[in-house]
Formats: sequence, C-alpha cells, structure tokens
Amino acid sequence: MNGVLAVGLGHVGAIASLFGETIREALRRKPEWPVLIDQLHHLGVRSFWIATVTALFTGMVLALQTSYSLAAYGAKFFVGDVVSLSLVRELGPVLTSLMVGGRVGAGITAELGTMKVTEQIDAIRAMAASPVRKLVVPKVLSILVMLPILVILADLVGILGGLIMAVTTLNQDSGFYMQHVVTALSLHDVMSGLGKTFCFALIISLVACYNGLIATGGADGVGRATTQTVVVTSLCVLISDFFLTKFFLYF
Amino acid sequence: MADPFIRFEDVHKAFGDKQVLQGITFDIRRGETMVVLGGSGSGKSVLIRHIIGLHRPDRGHVIVDGEDIVDYDEDRLFAVRKKIAMLFQGGALFDSMNVLENLAYGLREHTDLPEETIRARVRDKLALVGLEEIEALMPAELSGGMKKRVALARSIAMDPQCILYDEPTTGLDPVTANTINELIRSMQARLQVTSVVVTHDIESAFFVGDRVAYLYEGRMHFVGTIEEARASREPQLRYFLSGGREGADAAV
Repeated sequence: MNGVLAVGLGHVGAIASLFGETIREALRRKPEWPVLIDQLHHLGVRSFWIATVTALFTGMVLALQTSYSLAAYGAKFFVGDVVSLSLVRELGPVLTSLMVGGRVGAGITAELGTMKVTEQIDAIRAMAASPVRKLVVPKVLSILVMLPILVILADLVGILGGLIMAVTTLNQDSGFYMQHVVTALSLHDVMSGLGKTFCFALIISLVACYNGLIATGGADGVGRATTQTVVVTSLCVLISDFFLTKFFLYF
Repeated sequence: MADPFIRFEDVHKAFGDKQVLQGITFDIRRGETMVVLGGSGSGKSVLIRHIIGLHRPDRGHVIVDGEDIVDYDEDRLFAVRKKIAMLFQGGALFDSMNVLENLAYGLREHTDLPEETIRARVRDKLALVGLEEIEALMPAELSGGMKKRVALARSIAMDPQCILYDEPTTGLDPVTANTINELIRSMQARLQVTSVVVTHDIESAFFVGDRVAYLYEGRMHFVGTIEEARASREPQLRYFLSGGREGADAAV
C-alpha cells in the first residue's frame, strides 16, 4: 500500500515539476505561432462537435427530467432556471472536460508516447532543444485557451436544447423560458463554471503530456499510457470538481 | 598520446535493480573513430547516451571537451549537444515533418539564417549522403536505408565536432549497411569529426573504426586498435569476435 502511495505521489510531484518547467519555457521565448495555431485548431476547433452535441442532448434531457420531477411540486415553470444553473455551474464544464479531455488527452499521449518510444523526444533533446517548449507548451496553452471557449459554447447550446424541449413538449413560451434563464444566472455562476474549466484544462493537458513523455516499451507501452490518461484525467476532473465546487461556494 | 575529446571515468549506471554500466573508464581521442562493440543488452547504447547527457551516471565522470558534464542541467547541456550530434538507432526522424523540416530543425532552432540559406544547407547535406530532390517527402515515404541516410544528414546539419552513431547498420540489408559504413568513413574523411560508433556488427566495426572498445556485462574488456583487437587473447573478446566458437564460454 505504501509502495502504491509513494509511486502515486512521485507522479504528482513529477507533474507539478512539468507544470513549473512549462511555465518557465513558455515565458522564456516567444510562442511559435504556426505550431500554436495548428494546435488550437487541432485540439480546440476540431472538438467543436463533440462538445456541442454532448451539450445539446444534455440540455434536452435536463429539461425533460426536471419538468418530470418538478411537476410533482407544481414547479415546472422553473425548468429554465434548473437547466441553466446546472449547465453553467456544473454539467457544461464537467461534461465538456470529460468528452474533450478523452479526445485530446488520448491523442496527446499517443502522439508524445510514440515520439518517446521511437526516440524522437531524445532527438529533440540531442539537437539542443527542449521537448517541453517544442511540444508541451503549445498543447497546454491551446487547451487552456480552447476549453473555456468550448464550455461557453456548450453552455449556450445546452440552454438551447432545454429551450427546444420546453417549447415542444412542455408548451412553454420561448420568451418565458429565456427570461427564467437570464434571471436565474448570475455572473458568479458563470465565473465559477469557467474557473473550474481552467483547472480541468491544466489537469487534462499536463497529465496527457506527462503520460506520453514517460511512456516506455513500444506500441504496448503507448497503448497503456493512453488508457491511463483517459482514466486518470476523467477521475481527476470528477474528483477535483467536488473540491473546486466547495472552493467557489465560499465566494 | 592525443588529447581525449571524451573521457569516461569509473562510470556506473543502473536502471532499477539492473546494473548496466559497472565502472567504465576509457578515452575517445579527438578526430578518431572509436567503435564500441558489444552484444545486445551489453549497455553500449546507454554508454554513448551519457556523452550528451541523455542519461546521467549514478557515479563517475563524463568529461567532454574538457568539461565534466555530469552535474550539468538541461540548459548547460545545450552547449555540449550543439557540438555533438547523434544518429539514433531507428533514425528518430520527426514523422510529422517532411525531410526539409527535419533537416532544418536545428538550424531554425539555433540560427537566424534566412530561409534561402537553410534550404541550400539542407540540399548540401542531403547531397553528402547521396540523396537529392526528396525534401518534400515525409519519413513514412522513405525506405529504411533512406531514413538512416536522412537521419545522418540531419545529424551533420549543424556541422558538429563529433557524431555518435547508435547501431547505424542494424536492420539494414548488407548492401545498404555497406553504403552506411562507407558514409561513416567519408564523413570522417571530409568533416574530420570525432566519431563514436556503437554496434554489434563486427565487419562494420573493423571497416569504420580506428580503435575498438569491447563492452561485456557493463565492463570494458578491451580497448585498442583494430589490429590489437584481432590479435587479442582476451577471452570475452575472442568469444565475441569468433561468434562463440573460441574464447571464454566456447561450446565444447
């Protein structure tokens, strides 16, 4: 048990030092714009559909479920409040991070892991360049920029999903629904949702890069590292979400 | 005695419980081609990776061009790595980049040369390894031998003082392997670099090397010229050179 704990803490320490090195390398030189733009597109723009489809159906299901459960209390006029608050505070950030995290996390670990086992990472070091600056910095930056944007989009699309259900199956007026959405949401709700998202973005990008950089043992090793990334990032997102929620409730 | 470019002093290295290098001491002289011979898993790749700080010894010193690099951090190792290039076993070409971008990597990273000059440099280096007009190809489109040659061109792109070759002929057919051996010799003659070649290919070792070091189970069993190696009675070296027919544990 102690052994497992020691190994686990070792990884946490190594990820923290990778974070430190990432900040140092990011500040040292100007970003390589073509690489950064390519990563913004690959990790962010191409995650558009997975994020919005997830949000659309989540919003529609939320509307259905809340109208069903609230009907017992005669409160189904509050569907807009429930849908928007749950999405913006909780489900938008978490579900988007889980879906996008699975997609980009697995991709990053597979890419860096393959580069590691074919000595391409060593080749970068041998050519007196820093793998962290060349590979990790653009990925971490891209996810830090794109994940919050995707979450905002997901929030909007989810609220739209709720609207579709409210109008079509609950016979609510769309103006009525939107009025509830707008009055229910405060700036604090939006900020707490986005605040979480920045933390999730760091977790996903650093864990994925770290697992790739330490992969060993050929295709098999890369496969294991990729699986590990999906499992670890998902669990970390869900667990840290609890503590982050607690943290943001203090404000 | 020529001055050593690289010196190993009592270098020890272990991975977990496995002792890979157990007290290596030897010199590589400026301008010579030193071949490190050894069987699979003898630690020879690990040994040369110490020269540019890709591995750090648990104990001992690695002195490169007069500097003990053992305690150097990554930033200080950059200066060492600019002097010494490495040809990796599988080539280690960046497979997301074409041949031009692979060869230009170091130049773009460390110089402000205009694009024209970089392209000309790349063309020259490709010509040195006998290739032309392949700048736009991706590594996946190259044969094994071509990959090795492109990788060799990439390692000389920054005009290094020393080239490390990790198993340069492994996995190649005899004809291509020969081409690579001849390239190593011609690099040596044209660029006057110090070379360290790690291999288990005896023929290749005797063809390209000025001196040979024989590594067995993490220890140096022999260091000397090719002629001395051929004449040596050192049992482990005899065993290896004879393909297991003579020497230490020869089958009776």
